[in-house]
Amino acid sequence: MFGVDCDLNAAVIAAAKILNDSNQPLFAGLGTEVQGMRSVMALAEKVGATLDHMHSESTVRNTLAMQNSGWQTTTLTEVKNRADLIVAIGTNIVTSHPRFFEKLVWNVDTLFNKATPEVIFLAATGNTSAGISPDGHAPTIVTAETADLPAIMSALNALAHNKTLDAHEIAGVSLTALKAVLAKIKAAKYAVIVWSVGCLEITHAELTVQSITQLIATLNENTRVTGLPLNSGDGDSSINNASAWLSGYPTRTRFNVHQRGGEFSYDTYHYSTQQQLNNCDGLLWISTFNAYAPPSSLAPTIVIGHPDMQFTQAPDVFIPVSIPGLNQAGTMFRMDSSVALPLKSLRKQVLPTLSDVLRQIETLLA
Amino acid sequence: MITQLKNGKLYDPTNGKDGVIQDIYIRGGRIIDKPNSTEKISHSIDLSGKVVMAGAIDMHSHIGGGKINIARMMLPEFQESRRYSEPEAHICNPNCSHHATPSTTETGFRYIEMGYTAAFEPAMMPINARQAHLEMADTPMIDKGGYAMLGNDDYFLRLLAAGKDQKAINDYVAWTLHATQAIGIKVVNAGGISAFKFNQRKLDLDEAHSYYQVSARDILKSLSRAVYDLGIAKPLHVHCNNLGAAGNFETTLKTIEAADGLPMHLTHIQFHSYGTEGDRKFSSAAAEIAQAINQHKNISADVGQILFGQTVTASADSMMQQINAKHANPKKSVIMDIECDAGCGVVPFKYRDQNFVNALQWAIGLEIFLSVNDPWRIFLTTDHPNGAPFTSYPHLIRLLMDKSFRNEAFAKLNLDAQAMSNLKSLAREYSLYEIAIMTRAGPAKLIGMHDRGHLGVGAGADIAVYNEQADREVMFSKPAYVFKDGEMVVKAGKVVKVTWGATYTAKPEFDIGVEQDLKQYFDRYHTMQLANFKIDATEISQDGRGRIIVSKQHPIRS
Repeated sequence: MFGVDCDLNAAVIAAAKILNDSNQPLFAGLGTEVQGMRSVMALAEKVGATLDHMHSESTVRNTLAMQNSGWQTTTLTEVKNRADLIVAIGTNIVTSHPRFFEKLVWNVDTLFNKATPEVIFLAATGNTSAGISPDGHAPTIVTAETADLPAIMSALNALAHNKTLDAHEIAGVSLTALKAVLAKIKAAKYAVIVWSVGCLEITHAELTVQSITQLIATLNENTRVTGLPLNSGDGDSSINNASAWLSGYPTRTRFNVHQRGGEFSYDTYHYSTQQQLNNCDGLLWISTFNAYAPPSSLAPTIVIGHPDMQFTQAPDVFIPVSIPGLNQAGTMFRMDSSVALPLKSLRKQVLPTLSDVLRQIETLLA
Repeated sequence: MITQLKNGKLYDPTNGKDGVIQDIYIRGGRIIDKPNSTEKISHSIDLSGKVVMAGAIDMHSHIGGGKINIARMMLPEFQESRRYSEPEAHICNPNCSHHATPSTTETGFRYIEMGYTAAFEPAMMPINARQAHLEMADTPMIDKGGYAMLGNDDYFLRLLAAGKDQKAINDYVAWTLHATQAIGIKVVNAGGISAFKFNQRKLDLDEAHSYYQVSARDILKSLSRAVYDLGIAKPLHVHCNNLGAAGNFETTLKTIEAADGLPMHLTHIQFHSYGTEGDRKFSSAAAEIAQAINQHKNISADVGQILFGQTVTASADSMMQQINAKHANPKKSVIMDIECDAGCGVVPFKYRDQNFVNALQWAIGLEIFLSVNDPWRIFLTTDHPNGAPFTSYPHLIRLLMDKSFRNEAFAKLNLDAQAMSNLKSLAREYSLYEIAIMTRAGPAKLIGMHDRGHLGVGAGADIAVYNEQADREVMFSKPAYVFKDGEMVVKAGKVVKVTWGATYTAKPEFDIGVEQDLKQYFDRYHTMQLANFKIDATEISQDGRGRIIVSKQHPIRS
């Protein structure tokens, strides 16, 4: 069927053959919502697939920190109504979540008559203009490289424990500036430390996330400070949540068909797309929200996703499907993971849904 | 098609049957009268020597929603424990490891395999209710439902602080039931979760919330009145203030007084029955609490028994969980403020029988079970997974039914704790009839599931059949058969057919005018629209598996 237009039925048959012939299939991308993920999991249980989301390289940083020591977090409506201090880790949330400041920081209507929040950029590397308040109040900017965050966060943790640091500066940031940051957090009624985990492109970023959450936990003994981890999109919150209740684990799982009558296992290292691309003998790539093409692979490849997808390496099967929230209904978790929203079908549906296709493939499996 | 269950020994308290040998006939998922001789019996099962009860109903179990999913994400190591602990229900020693965070599939399977045919999520945060329903929709085998949490949400507290009349409160409460597809209303640490966001660390019953200037008592009075006025069968579900704190029994007693004669259910009351006597300033106040329940016929309670082993506590009570996080084992916890609606605290715990406090908690729970006289007003729960996973119910039943077994377990506890408990002097042993009340007839009556919890003609044919055995733990862990809506779904303790239950809801009448102000409120202050907050019934039924049952309530009383 390679490179040939065909009808849905022929494509489904070809996809089922690839999965039937595969001993170790990888389901990656997983750019879908809750209903789609339910179908993905059902199919994974049939064929014994390994599951990984396209953004879990960053999601896992948060998950590992949370699994190691827990965390204290908040959600969007709390930030909007309560936050009087925003500590942004890095400047990348402006690019990853462009409307964050407009919607949640500079909002005029608030429930508790709070002051317009102060903004601190910690380890600023880029444009900080989004942190200028509507009345012109400039943010506090602590300039440093992202790679210096581990040192800076450790210093803040030490200071929060009233330790004396034998240094005048940490990674080029004066101790005085760090003490000033800490004083502002302590003085705030409701300080929110926000990080966009996809932007923490440093080795062992999970340890930096953990030092952020530990600082929050320490300060919370006396005052209210809380965290807002921002995810990366493409349904990563939805996939993580649905996976957790259906399998018991968040993403990076495998269904082991032969173990104890079939069960899921969890491994954030071995079950990554990067690791599995070298080992899998069948790849199912799913991306329904965006036209993201699959990574290059030697394994026979099925792609189910956005109709506009373009390929440098043509997959063995490509099945275009409808887009959730555009021409298909669904359910989606918001980035703060605590609110699930209904997605409406706004346009006429002409293509099948991901679930339709996966169910059809499932019925053809041996 | 008629199924006949022959010669079973029925324990059916709703219909006054205490060990009566009687046949049951089922058609179309319901129990019917004995058919006349011309009607064909298509299937007959001999239940001689077997105990027959209605399917059990867990009226308080955290089976759906954000908290448990956070626990799953934080504690992947718990999934491993499945490998070591089967068959879970038989093992309950200090090293035992029941599975505290089962997947939704496993939840449904483990419940039905014990003869439970319904379970209710007691802490459905309205803003997170869609997730709770998503998880419950993926829970097979059993019926389910949720209690919507109010009393820490900004909108309600604002109504109360502004002195709005009871009708305005009632309309908002009724609207919430509809919008969240819930069957009851719960309050957790009334006002306390909200107060924590304003950096208050403790809120007594008569202490003012620093922002709204209303007290927990005001909140409880307003909401219990609303639930009563609206004719909701399920009394207001109350998680009292000061959970887990030594001396909190006084708050609990004052809460009972604050109910002022209106129906009120106090949940996981074991965690709220602590005194301050003794060298360690921690003691049992079970006697005082049980006496108050015995005296106040408007009060019911479930116990929230702890059992020894590894579990995780998942509560909306962020204020108290922030304090409990110091005792986390393993040492990690998640504390969240959520959407000006409520919060949550997920803290893993390992209850140990050689730990003074844990051992006394175990004894306090049992003291309450044995000291409350009326089994219709006390319910068997472990507050799953907070006191122990629900899979330990058969063990708990044996502790209640078998005095020597109980006393042997007691003798192994921390000695200081033994010295502080009167458990050995409590000779009561629960009968099968009383167990049937507290796990079947009682919960069905409390929640308002009129055709469940009993075996009378017209009842839904949810039936559990047990081999009568002296070891009640073995008996209740592995039913001979379980029928769900008339179909045999479990045989010899194993699922033989997968089915999907219904979702029970309450839909009282109310003035839809309440939405005008709510819509503006959502648009101005929230980060989601009112239309998206509301859960449509089709969201639960659309996949062809789930369905909504609107449970008949009392007439509106206001």
